[in-house]
Amino acid sequence: MRVFNTIKVALRALRRNTMRSILTALGIIIGVAAVIAMVSIGNGAKAQVEAQVASLGENVITVFPGSFNAGGMRSGWGSASTLTVDDADGIKREIPNVVGVTAEMRDRAQVLANGLNWNTQIMGESPDYPSIRSWPIGDGAMFTDQDVRSVAKVAIIGKTVADQLFPDGNVIGQTIRIRNIPFKIVGMLAAKGFNLFGQDQDDTVVIPYTSHMKRVARRPNINSILVQAASAEAIDKVQQDITDLLMQRRKGREQDFTVRNQVELAQAATATSQTMTLLLGAIAGVSLIVGGIGIMNIMLVSVTERTREIGIRLAVGAHGRDVLLQFLIEAVILSSLGGIIGIVLGVGASELVSMKTGWPILVSPASVIVAVVFSAAVGMFFGFYPARKAAQLDPIEALRYE
Amino acid sequence: MAAVVKIEEIHKIYDSGEIPVHAVRGVSIEIHRGEFVALMGASGSGKSTLMNLLGCLDRPTRGRYLLDGIDVSQLDRNELADIRNQKIGFVFQGFNLLARTTALENTELPMMYGQQRHSARDMRQRALHSLEIVGLSDRADHFPNQLSGGQQQRVAIARALANDPEILLADEPTGNLDSKTSVEVMGVFQKLNEQGITIVMVTHELDIARYCKRNLILRDGRLVRDELVPDRLNADVEMKKLKDAEAAAKLTSG
Repeated sequence: MRVFNTIKVALRALRRNTMRSILTALGIIIGVAAVIAMVSIGNGAKAQVEAQVASLGENVITVFPGSFNAGGMRSGWGSASTLTVDDADGIKREIPNVVGVTAEMRDRAQVLANGLNWNTQIMGESPDYPSIRSWPIGDGAMFTDQDVRSVAKVAIIGKTVADQLFPDGNVIGQTIRIRNIPFKIVGMLAAKGFNLFGQDQDDTVVIPYTSHMKRVARRPNINSILVQAASAEAIDKVQQDITDLLMQRRKGREQDFTVRNQVELAQAATATSQTMTLLLGAIAGVSLIVGGIGIMNIMLVSVTERTREIGIRLAVGAHGRDVLLQFLIEAVILSSLGGIIGIVLGVGASELVSMKTGWPILVSPASVIVAVVFSAAVGMFFGFYPARKAAQLDPIEALRYE
Repeated sequence: MAAVVKIEEIHKIYDSGEIPVHAVRGVSIEIHRGEFVALMGASGSGKSTLMNLLGCLDRPTRGRYLLDGIDVSQLDRNELADIRNQKIGFVFQGFNLLARTTALENTELPMMYGQQRHSARDMRQRALHSLEIVGLSDRADHFPNQLSGGQQQRVAIARALANDPEILLADEPTGNLDSKTSVEVMGVFQKLNEQGITIVMVTHELDIARYCKRNLILRDGRLVRDELVPDRLNADVEMKKLKDAEAAAKLTSG
C-alpha cells in the first residue's frame, strides 16, 4: 500500500550517496557485461563451427574403409583399401531415401597449365558431388554421368587453382595437365574458403572418379563414399541400411569399413566451443556473484551507518516491513540498474572484440534476459539479509545509536 | 474533558541484565488537551523510560496506558508504529533530521508512512504549512547542514507537526542548544501550545521547565511532585531581555 512512497524513499537514499551507489553497482555492471560478452563470443564461435560443419554438405553420411589386418597387426581406420565402386553403386541402387552418392578418390599431384604449375589435391567424384557438398558450380557446368562412364578427361577446378594457373581469368575450355594427361576444364567451383581444420577447400581439382582411378591414381579401390540422405530424419535409417548392405556384400567377413554421419562430426566439432562458452560463462558468473557480495557488503555498511535514520523512520511510524522494503528496493534498484548498464557495456564490448579480432559475435536474447533476471535476483538475495537486519532494529536503540 | 494521556499504575522492568532493573515503579498521570508539561528528574530517575512509554516506543511491563482513549499498552509493534504516526509528534535532543535531505523532505517523512495516502502535491503543501508554523518556510530547500542548531530543531518540530498529532513529545529539545537558541525554541513551543497543542517535554534544566505550565518530578521511578508553574516565563519577554543584555554588553565593551 505504501510501496510507491517506499520506492521514492529508496531512490532518494540512493541519490544521497551517488558515488557509493555507482561504485556498488559497478560490481554488477562488470559481472553482467562479462557474462554477456563471454556468452556472445562463445555463441559466435559455436555458430561459426556449425556453419563450417554445414559447409561439408547437408545430411551427409561418409563411408570410410576399415583397418586392415596383416598377420595380426591391425592398422587404423582408412588404411585398408576395402571400398569399391560397386559398393557405391549398390548404395545408390538399393537404399531408399538417398538423393546422392559419390565414390571419392583423393590424390595429390602436380598440375600444369599455361606454362605454370601447381601442386594440388585431385578429387575423383561423381556428378552428385556439388549437390552433396552444397557447393555450387560458379562458372561452366559439372561433368555428367556420361563423362564418368566414358572415363572422360574433363575437370572442374577450384578458385585457388584457377588463380594460380590462370592469372588472367578465362578458365573454361582451357586444358590442364595432370600427371601429363590433358584434361579439359568444363567448370569452376564457387569459392568456399577454409574448412574446419584451416585447409583451403578451393585448392582442388575435381575429375570423374573413373578418370581418377584409371588415369591418375591407377588404383582399383576408392578412398571413401559420400552419401546424401533425403532428410535429417532419414539419416539414422540410411546409415543403418548402408551398414547392413555393405555387410551383406562382404558375406560374413569382418566389418572392414566405418559409417559416420555429419551430426556426429558436428557434435565433436562444437563440443570444444561449447565447453569454452560454459567455462567463460561460469567465470563471468562468478564475477556476478562477487558483485552481489559487493552489494551485500555496502548494504550492511549502509544499514549500520544509517541506524539512526532507521530509528527516526521507525519512530515516526514506519513498520518493519517498510524499512525492509526500502533496503530491498535499494539493493534491487542498484543491481537492476547495474544489470542494464552491464548489458549495454557487454554488447558494446562484444562488438568491439568482434571488430578488433574479426570473430563472429552472437548476442543471444536469452543471455540478456538471464543477465537481467539474475542481477535482480542477486540484488534481492544479497539485499535481503541487510534489509531484514534493518527492519528488526529496535527504535529506541536505533535512535540512541552514535 | 477527556485526558489525552492517561497512565494508571504503570511499571517498567528491564530484565535483560543479571539483575532486573525496575525503572518505572507505578506512575499514574493524566494530561489533558492544551497542557504544557515538563517531565523532570535526575539521570536514572526513569524519566527517559517514561518518555519512551508515553511515546509508544516501548510497552509497559504492568499498568494501563490510554492515549486519546485508546489502550495502547498491549498493541503489537506495527500497531504501535501506526499510533506513533497518527497521534504523536517527536522532537529529539539531537534533532535527528535525515542528512543530505532538505527541510521539506524531512518534514514530509511522517506522511510517507501514514495510513491515508497523500498525493505528492498534498504532502508538499502540508509540509510547507508545518514549516510556516515554525517560521522556516523560506528554508524549505535547505539541507540540515546549512541550518543553525535552532533552525534544525524547528525543522524537527515542523516534522513532528506534519500529521496533526494529539500530543507533541520533546526529549531534551534544548539539550544541544545554547541559551539564546533554547529560548527561541521554547518560544516556538509556547506559541504552538497557545494554539491548543498538547506538549510533554523531558528536561533536566530548571529554567527551561519554567516555560511550561506544569512540572512533573520523577525520582527513582516514582512521581514525587506534580505542580503548576507559579512564575511562568514568557519566551518573548526573555528573548527581549537577552537582546537588551547583548546590546548593553556591546555598549560597555565598545
